[in-house]
Amino acid sequence: MIELKDVRKSFGSLEVLKGVSLTVQKGEVLSVIGGSGSGKSTMLMCINGLEPIQGGQILVDGTDVHARSTDLNKLRQKIGIVFQQWNAFPHLTVLDNVMLAPRKVLGKSKKEAEEIAVKQLTHVGLGEKLKVYPSKLSGGQQQRMAIARALAMSPDYMLFDEVTSALDPQLVGEVLDTLKMLSEEGMTMILVTHEIRFARDVSDRVAFFHKGLIHEIGAPDQVIGNPQRPETIDFLKSVL
Amino acid sequence: MFETSLTWNDILFLLQGAGTTLTITFWAVLGGTILGMLFGLIRATSPWWVNAPIGFVLDILRSVPLLIQFVLANSFKSILKLQVSAFTVGCVVLALYTAAYCAEIVRGGILAVPPTTRRAARSLGMTYTQDLTNIVFPMALRVALPSWIGLTLGVMKDTALVLWIGIVELLRASQVIVTRIQEPLFVLSIAGLIYFLMSFPIARLGAQLEKRWREND
Repeated sequence: MIELKDVRKSFGSLEVLKGVSLTVQKGEVLSVIGGSGSGKSTMLMCINGLEPIQGGQILVDGTDVHARSTDLNKLRQKIGIVFQQWNAFPHLTVLDNVMLAPRKVLGKSKKEAEEIAVKQLTHVGLGEKLKVYPSKLSGGQQQRMAIARALAMSPDYMLFDEVTSALDPQLVGEVLDTLKMLSEEGMTMILVTHEIRFARDVSDRVAFFHKGLIHEIGAPDQVIGNPQRPETIDFLKSVL
Repeated sequence: MFETSLTWNDILFLLQGAGTTLTITFWAVLGGTILGMLFGLIRATSPWWVNAPIGFVLDILRSVPLLIQFVLANSFKSILKLQVSAFTVGCVVLALYTAAYCAEIVRGGILAVPPTTRRAARSLGMTYTQDLTNIVFPMALRVALPSWIGLTLGVMKDTALVLWIGIVELLRASQVIVTRIQEPLFVLSIAGLIYFLMSFPIARLGAQLEKRWREND
């Protein structure tokens, strides 16, 4: 379970999260929607400790992410994250990209790591591209590789930070299909996205972020289908 | 008797000089690269109060002409009565000079690695050190290699300056021969050819590596 309690986060004098509280249960898919700069992506960075917070608390399975005593490297093994820019390791083949962390972080043998990597890459439809370098892949393929790379650590949670925003329109579908597949397999996911229809389709709950606060949270049909707050209504009008 | 044309002994003498040039180059580049990687890493990752003093010293090494550094170092050696050869002085001075340039090359390579890529590595649970060794160094190497090859070739030619502290390397050897047979153009052409033959394989090696990496980028 991921719990955020009154989380506050600032970059200098700019407050990006102004007291965000929410809970994501095991097996749940939460989509986070909202305009640019509303703090959605920043929240994901805070959940796995890539960004420090200035107030409140984030608990992952009861572990305080930002406590001094927390071993972040250990914690991050169970929280996978995929970024808008897929961030392939350009000097490694697709297979090596995915094998690296299981080998170095989990200490798997080469054979074990390769089995895991092949399985995950096949799962996301890249079984034919194992020996290829990332530069030879399309954006959609690189993004699926990044998903496989995160899955290879067998995380309990997956965070997706606008994973389709940097893709050409015709490549968005293949990545969304991969996300859908994961949600159907019961992966716990937080999905920051601009794909409102997709969010409505796969999520158990949707949260609407505006200026560092959650304005609405609830079932997709409620938040997207029947929004109550004027900010939500305006936002949905502008994107749908 | 007195020979006034180029003999086999002269060729041998030139090759010995070339050997000295290569040996000095080897030690200077080896020492300079190790130190340069260390300083470059510190420069790329440390706060300003560590960075500034190191940067200042490296700036001095880069700004003062190498010839002056050789002569000064050699004189200090004599003043301090240190029991080291001119050859060692030459290698050390040139290694420090190489390190100063290499540090900037390494720093540039490390800073060229996108922070987002490093963030992705850390998000997989890699430690700071694992990120450096598995992601940052290999990526930085690709950026830094062309400049490093250029530096190595430059250092090989800079070794010629050690003749001023009494070391007979390739250029000094050719001067000696010129004095005797009075054929400067001919002898210097041979010396130039030898320099070229020593540099060319290094340049080719660099080009090969670059080509192989570029195919993947």
